[in-house]
Amino acid sequence: MTAWAERAIEIAGTKVHMTRGGKGPPVLVLHRDIGTPATSAFHEELAKSADVIVPHHPGWGRSPRADWMRSVRDLTVMHRGLLAELNIQEAVLVGLGFGGWIAAEMATMAPVDVAKLVLVGPMGVKPPQGDIFDQAIVSYIDYARAGFHDQKAFDKIYDAEPSTDQLEAWDIAREMCFRIAWKPYMYSQTLPHLLRNVKVPTLLVWGDKDRIVPQSAADRYLAALPNAKLEVIRDCGHCVDLEQPGRLAELVTPFIAR
Amino acid sequence: MHLMYFTEQPMSAYDASEGLKYGATALTFSNKHFDPVAGSRLYNEYLEQYVYAEEVGVDGIMLNEHHNAPFCMQAKANIFASVLAGATKRVKIVMLGNPLPLAENPIRLAEELAMIDMISKGRLVSGFVRGGGQEQLATGVNPAYNRERFEEAHDLIVKTWTVPGPFRWEGTHYQHRVVNPWALPLQKPYPRVWIPGVISKETIIWAAKQRYPYIALNTSIPQTKQIWKLYDETAAAVGYKSGPENRGYLARIHVAETEEKAIQNAKQFMWMQGEFTGLAHPVWANPSGYFSPSGRRSFVEFAVGRAKNPRGNPTFEEQRAEGMIMCGTPEQVLPRIRHLLEETRPGIMAVWGNDGNVSHRDSMTCIRLLAQEVFPQVREWAKELSLNSPFEAEAPVSIAYSKDLEQSTIAAE
Repeated sequence: MTAWAERAIEIAGTKVHMTRGGKGPPVLVLHRDIGTPATSAFHEELAKSADVIVPHHPGWGRSPRADWMRSVRDLTVMHRGLLAELNIQEAVLVGLGFGGWIAAEMATMAPVDVAKLVLVGPMGVKPPQGDIFDQAIVSYIDYARAGFHDQKAFDKIYDAEPSTDQLEAWDIAREMCFRIAWKPYMYSQTLPHLLRNVKVPTLLVWGDKDRIVPQSAADRYLAALPNAKLEVIRDCGHCVDLEQPGRLAELVTPFIAR
Repeated sequence: MHLMYFTEQPMSAYDASEGLKYGATALTFSNKHFDPVAGSRLYNEYLEQYVYAEEVGVDGIMLNEHHNAPFCMQAKANIFASVLAGATKRVKIVMLGNPLPLAENPIRLAEELAMIDMISKGRLVSGFVRGGGQEQLATGVNPAYNRERFEEAHDLIVKTWTVPGPFRWEGTHYQHRVVNPWALPLQKPYPRVWIPGVISKETIIWAAKQRYPYIALNTSIPQTKQIWKLYDETAAAVGYKSGPENRGYLARIHVAETEEKAIQNAKQFMWMQGEFTGLAHPVWANPSGYFSPSGRRSFVEFAVGRAKNPRGNPTFEEQRAEGMIMCGTPEQVLPRIRHLLEETRPGIMAVWGNDGNVSHRDSMTCIRLLAQEVFPQVREWAKELSLNSPFEAEAPVSIAYSKDLEQSTIAAE
């Protein structure tokens, strides 16, 4: 087991909470719209060969909200500020779902300081077919469950009856999504154009049973990113890192090392 | 006492079993169940009822709006207000109200309301609301900025009405290069603004600070007293003494020739509350960020079915016993109303008379009995109890136009 250290760093006036552990090249893991568990099996796998940094986005989990934030790009710049504060010159970016959108935005801003890009069922682009699942009209539990193909995996992480603390955290997370990504919902109209500058090797991973972000969005990413490949994981929903952490790590670890 | 008539304008002409089958009658309940032929008939019946209400002597017609739901056919309150501005002569047109956050351009709202005020020859009461949670979802407006938008749109509209243009507005949610509409309200300094609400503390405090009357929407007597306590404390803190002229109350009262008939029709009040037609999902009514953070914990438990609705979900019989629904012959409801007047001392009363599938004929009877056999007695009692409306009290339109503020408060400002 990795020894995980907790700390908070002030970025643009907000104390951003982060968990860090493992040894190796720096890997920034950007969490989902529903937040992140303190640590996960996927974090553990990565930490065997990398310096894994898991910030809580401002407004999620243990990082307080920055009331002034109005866009996912604001959030993106906060994470760039975090890397600068940590004096990390070059990092692998691993973005999970909504975090994938942030990772992709980070890459467009300074394509040269991203060592590798891993996007797992990323939001951020308008799917050519279907729509990104709208959490606004379903309950917190129903939305979180929709991220899993295997409901037993959900139960294992969040419990079959998630705690009231968890429900509150999901409500706060949802409010943040509305504050910065209400319209268009969970994508940017300009990102696909800007991604054409991102020549960094990119691994796209999609669960073939993803009900949150239609897999057609992968085509849009592949068309925009000149150096990307797609891996599809069978019998897996949107939350690949929580549902099949081992399988995801098997893809990501060698990709980072290469 | 200002006495007005209200109906939600229910779109009752659809197959209620479809709503029950779907499990909801709001937001996503398909409008394939909406029948424009019935809709046309109902709009005209409602108009006829309003005109009749004026004829038989009510002081005002209260209007509101909702979206994507059969419980209210008014998708834009300003449309009925415009119609009434031309179709009536005497009644106040009381909008409770325009949902400000839904406006992408509050200047247009200011223009429309100014037109209504001029066409009606100064009969507009321009209430404002935040809009229910699902209204934000139905119209694509961000619920997380609901209150900020409400307050900013209000400030912009009041400025538009009171400060000669052109001026520029660079706000947080609204930016306008040239504010200079060639339509201004007839009433000066501007039409009265009344703020309806259920119990949200922030809105009560905001209304009291503005010195706008707050209209408690069918809250229980203990809840209503809580509201007035908070309102009065806030008023005292900003330097004025609040009274009946600051207090409005919306009561559900159905009267008929017989008690039996009245009870039968009053049960239709449960139609809107979903008893016959299905319900909405809690997260539609309270999308994240819309609700006060202080209520977050109890709300999330309710949203997943672990706790009862914090607002309660009483049965028809319970609501009748508590006086939340009053029904019967005029003589039977009057003592209930007397009790309400004594306990909560409002200067404004709206009577929500008809809902659901109450027939046009019974609605007309209810309106006649209210205006001719209930309201005259209520007016007498209001005199006895000194329950003056803002008009009778000649209350200032807002705090900014108050001449009676405590000196210390003025000095502090």
